[in-house]
Amino acid sequence: MRKVYLDYSATTPVKEEVVGEMLPYFTEIFGNASSIHGFGQEAKSALEKARTNIAKTLNTSADAIYFTAGGSEADNWALKGVMHANKAKGNHIITSVIEHHAILHTCEALEKEGVEVTYLPVDEQGRIDLNALEAAIRPTTVLISIMYINNEIGTMQDVKSIADIAHKHGVLFHTDAVQAYGNVKIDVQALGIDLLSVSSHKIYGPKGVGALFVRKGVRIHNLIKGGAQEKKRRAGTENIPGIMGFAKAAEIADAKLEEHVEKLTNLRERLVKGILNGIDYVKYNGHPTFRHPGNVNVCFEFIEGEALLLSLNAKGIAGSSGSACTSGSLDPSHVLLSIGLPHEIAHGSLRLTIGDFTTEEDVDYTIEALKEVVQKLRVMSPLYDRVKGGAK
Amino acid sequence: MYTEKVMDHFMNPRNVGEIENADGVGEVGNVKCGDIMRIYIKVRDEHIEDIKFKTFGCGSAIAASSIATELIMGLSIDEALKVTNKQVVDALGGLPPVKIHCSVLAEQALKAAIYDYAHKNNLVYEGLAGFDPHEDHDHHDVVEIEF
Repeated sequence: MRKVYLDYSATTPVKEEVVGEMLPYFTEIFGNASSIHGFGQEAKSALEKARTNIAKTLNTSADAIYFTAGGSEADNWALKGVMHANKAKGNHIITSVIEHHAILHTCEALEKEGVEVTYLPVDEQGRIDLNALEAAIRPTTVLISIMYINNEIGTMQDVKSIADIAHKHGVLFHTDAVQAYGNVKIDVQALGIDLLSVSSHKIYGPKGVGALFVRKGVRIHNLIKGGAQEKKRRAGTENIPGIMGFAKAAEIADAKLEEHVEKLTNLRERLVKGILNGIDYVKYNGHPTFRHPGNVNVCFEFIEGEALLLSLNAKGIAGSSGSACTSGSLDPSHVLLSIGLPHEIAHGSLRLTIGDFTTEEDVDYTIEALKEVVQKLRVMSPLYDRVKGGAK
Repeated sequence: MYTEKVMDHFMNPRNVGEIENADGVGEVGNVKCGDIMRIYIKVRDEHIEDIKFKTFGCGSAIAASSIATELIMGLSIDEALKVTNKQVVDALGGLPPVKIHCSVLAEQALKAAIYDYAHKNNLVYEGLAGFDPHEDHDHHDVVEIEF
């Protein structure tokens, strides 16, 4: 059976060059980067080379990059670290309702400490209103944290304008760029970003490694306490093989960014067109152009997302859904509800995310499979025959 | 995540569809929660002569509907009313804890169909005592869907 992986926003396979880059750091250059002997120093020198490479992709200097165990840690650290270090300035964060749970649940934890959080709504396409953002700023606002690209619906925010508004009011700006990194050119200086979270396993690097960019001069407390690693900012022996893989993946992504974006955008449009032309009662979610190049998010009316995923899986196709049954709660995804979808529509959501190894044949096979599977589930659905009966 | 039996009944559901001029139709569930189950029954000589279902829901909701129709087909009404959600779960070789409500839904949909039959024919069944198809079951309300 054909296998079609369309869940690149969940995670990506590690590219072979990346694996090759990592291997020596498990067995030969295995030293602890904090050790003063040759083994340690060799590891240390590799670590700093990796840091420089990551920094280059963001147009910043190496000393602004701190490695973490992934995007979630970077998000937790950015929010808690900045709020704890800037209590004299205030206790207010502005974020959005469609952030990743790494941001939302950290905000909830901060609220329990007395931090005040404004959750900005988004429009039907998933973008925040810049006027509403500016209006939400208070004298006590310390930080604005808005994700660059949403992981579910792929909507991209106007990061430059958000940064400008933040700085006009003396507020710091953090962005969760886990889905954006490697899919859009990020120049932290030109955009005016103060803090930025990235993750390796979304860009064909290994899992368990990420980084937080912290612009020089930003006051931030440590999250992970312990040894003096990462210039005393983030304790814990550095995951050198992971970091080396991450840096290699970032280097490849940066070098091939244009090609990658063009390829993914073409395949995305092919997939969207195939779905919208071939199946009725479908809603394409997110923004048509300010969007992750490989993200397709659609809702098929009258059917449920988990049933759809299982049926696609039986045809070798891997996707994801924001339905309640896949989220493990009674409610569908907070993102889909935030863009105004009613529960019954949100239950029928499907996210297909295209990546570097996706082909046109994969896309065409998926379109045909979807037509078949959606029809099969609709025939079974008591909601569908009401529509067929002319009740719509 | 799911047993082979669940996957079999999800991929190849038995008794899907409608019965024209059914003797009883029951529908339970809620679009908001993401599952609705409708069961049609044909009754002859106090026995379930035919049963069909339509379900909007996840894999286990569809599998539970399918296996429930298999369990019930041919039973007397009194026997059918004794079929429990646990029997549905057992017949499926188990369901994940978060999916147990799907089996409850199947039991309730059947009861709702028999209730409809009983109501139309002025019949009283002991097994329906205390059953109200308009009552909340688990978190699943019985609803009318407006489009």
